[in-house]
Amino acid sequence: MIAEQLTEEIVADRPQALSTADTHYCPGCTHGIAHRLIAEVIDELAIRERTIMVVPVGCSVFADKYFEVDAVVAPHGRAPAVATGLKRVQPDKVIFAYQGDGDLASIGTAEIIHAAARGENITVVFINNAVYGMTGGQMAPTSLVGMKTTSSPFGRDLKTMGAPLHMSELIAQVAGATFVSRRSLHSPAEIRKAKKAIRRAFEVQLNGQGFSMVELLSSCPTNWDMKPVEALRWIETHMVPVFPLGDLKSITPKNGLRGI
Amino acid sequence: MTKQLLKGNEAIAEAAVRAGVDAYFGYPITPQTELLEYMARRMPELGRAFVQAESELAAINMVYGAACAGKRAMTSSSSPGVSLMQEGLSYIAAAEVPIVLVDVMRGGPGLGNIAPSQADYFQMVKSAGHGDFKPLVLAPASVQEAVDMMALSFELAEKYRTIVTVLLDGVIGQMMEPAELPPMQPRRDTAPAWALTGASGRPKNGIIPFSLYAEELEVYNQRLQAKLARIAAAEVRFREYMLDDAELVLVGFGTSGRIALTAVKQARSLGIKAGLLRPITLWPFPERRLWQLADEARGFLVVEMNAGQMVEDVRLAVGGQAPVKFLGRMGGVVPMPDEILDAIQKLDKATRPRPVIGTIEGPVAPLRHPISVN
Repeated sequence: MIAEQLTEEIVADRPQALSTADTHYCPGCTHGIAHRLIAEVIDELAIRERTIMVVPVGCSVFADKYFEVDAVVAPHGRAPAVATGLKRVQPDKVIFAYQGDGDLASIGTAEIIHAAARGENITVVFINNAVYGMTGGQMAPTSLVGMKTTSSPFGRDLKTMGAPLHMSELIAQVAGATFVSRRSLHSPAEIRKAKKAIRRAFEVQLNGQGFSMVELLSSCPTNWDMKPVEALRWIETHMVPVFPLGDLKSITPKNGLRGI
Repeated sequence: MTKQLLKGNEAIAEAAVRAGVDAYFGYPITPQTELLEYMARRMPELGRAFVQAESELAAINMVYGAACAGKRAMTSSSSPGVSLMQEGLSYIAAAEVPIVLVDVMRGGPGLGNIAPSQADYFQMVKSAGHGDFKPLVLAPASVQEAVDMMALSFELAEKYRTIVTVLLDGVIGQMMEPAELPPMQPRRDTAPAWALTGASGRPKNGIIPFSLYAEELEVYNQRLQAKLARIAAAEVRFREYMLDDAELVLVGFGTSGRIALTAVKQARSLGIKAGLLRPITLWPFPERRLWQLADEARGFLVVEMNAGQMVEDVRLAVGGQAPVKFLGRMGGVVPMPDEILDAIQKLDKATRPRPVIGTIEGPVAPLRHPISVN
């Protein structure tokens, strides 16, 4: 009997850009998936050694621990401004900001819109889980109408609290934005599309084509008071109809001109 | 080099350029806008970074980002704009990255006006943002001094990895006077080891200035305070005028220090032995020198363009050894030498030792120490 030669082929491994640290995220939280997708893209583009992450305030404030890249924590909402400073003095580096919905869509609206308006050659990953996670589940600008949170205990009231803010649609209107996409992390198929969008966003930056942003619809089982699977389903049934998926803007700027 | 007639704000900008500033981020606000406008032309011409930010909030955070890359980064603003920058200043202080801020103070509170003022001494010296930290604060009294402070500011900021503020008022910012610019210095072409330049051939760098653990954050604070103590011990700067035999000591910074000097000279011509101490660093404050002077001086007169801010530090330094009087103008009004001279004369009269007159009953009780009142 001839011994069968055993060969091993690694089909899935931890990306180099992802550290070996255990994350602090709650069970079922999609931050981990978003981190992994970004890390895979960084590996594929071989840019780990020249990537600098701007970490936000919020649940992902510890994100520097989970990536093997240089990182700085920005004040709440100011990540695009900090990223601008980093990029303007070292244009050969890849700068990306990671922001939540409270960060990007509430306290940091001015910074994100103007970074896009300047066509700032940076990439922003925008995690939209319709709630403030770190502070314990308060209403976010992206909370759905009727959604119960700790600061909208009777549901988000359209008359007094307004409707959810569609940041990607808003940013897509801005001339300096080159690539704006909204994707979701609720299913394997959508996760693959999300990765593709993240890759395209980083490529836009590498090509010097201006501002790129990917919004990722994400779950927060803890603050939504749902089981992880239930939470993923809720993204599909409740969030996707309000925040339609797809590329909201994808252009190829010519002659160094960004925009319209 | 020869002296040129230079406008304060523009001279400061060019001095920063010659000191090797890599990046400038700012927002228009009177009376500092010429600094931004000058940089808008000059920085791109030299291939350096310039962004007119959407707000002072954004400007200071752009400075934060550029400083994290190990580059020489600065901004400039005026009082209400600095209020908006305080969030970023606190983060920058915590991150211990070096930056330079030029604050051209105007009248307040609120929108106030665009006239020169010194009403933000407290804001910059005592509370530049939340948490325990202090920027190193330099106060120029002339265009030349402001020019000379720019290279020094970057050196000190980098030496201690701290915020250095050049705190002036609209008079210095707007005034034109002869000054000599320093020669152009080469820009630094290496990044410090802590800078965020990409983890190439080294472990990743992080500028992560927070800790959720109280004990850990206390240790961090102790280290920060130890650094501030080193600055306090080594970087006190001030100028003295006619203090050798002075019986009355005037204290004023920036423009009011300069006007007080005129009044001191007038007092001297009247035979009053007055002198001036002009703090150049507002933090660290020349408290030891003031304490020494208090040993001999009959009284102190603090002149400011505010309701009385630095005077508190003078009183702490003097420690009750002599009376400390205050003369302040507010809302953008600049004190005149005449009114300062008047205050000097009053102080002279109030603190002059009375001759002890013998009587049948014996000598009168010695003069009671005058109580200091505003």
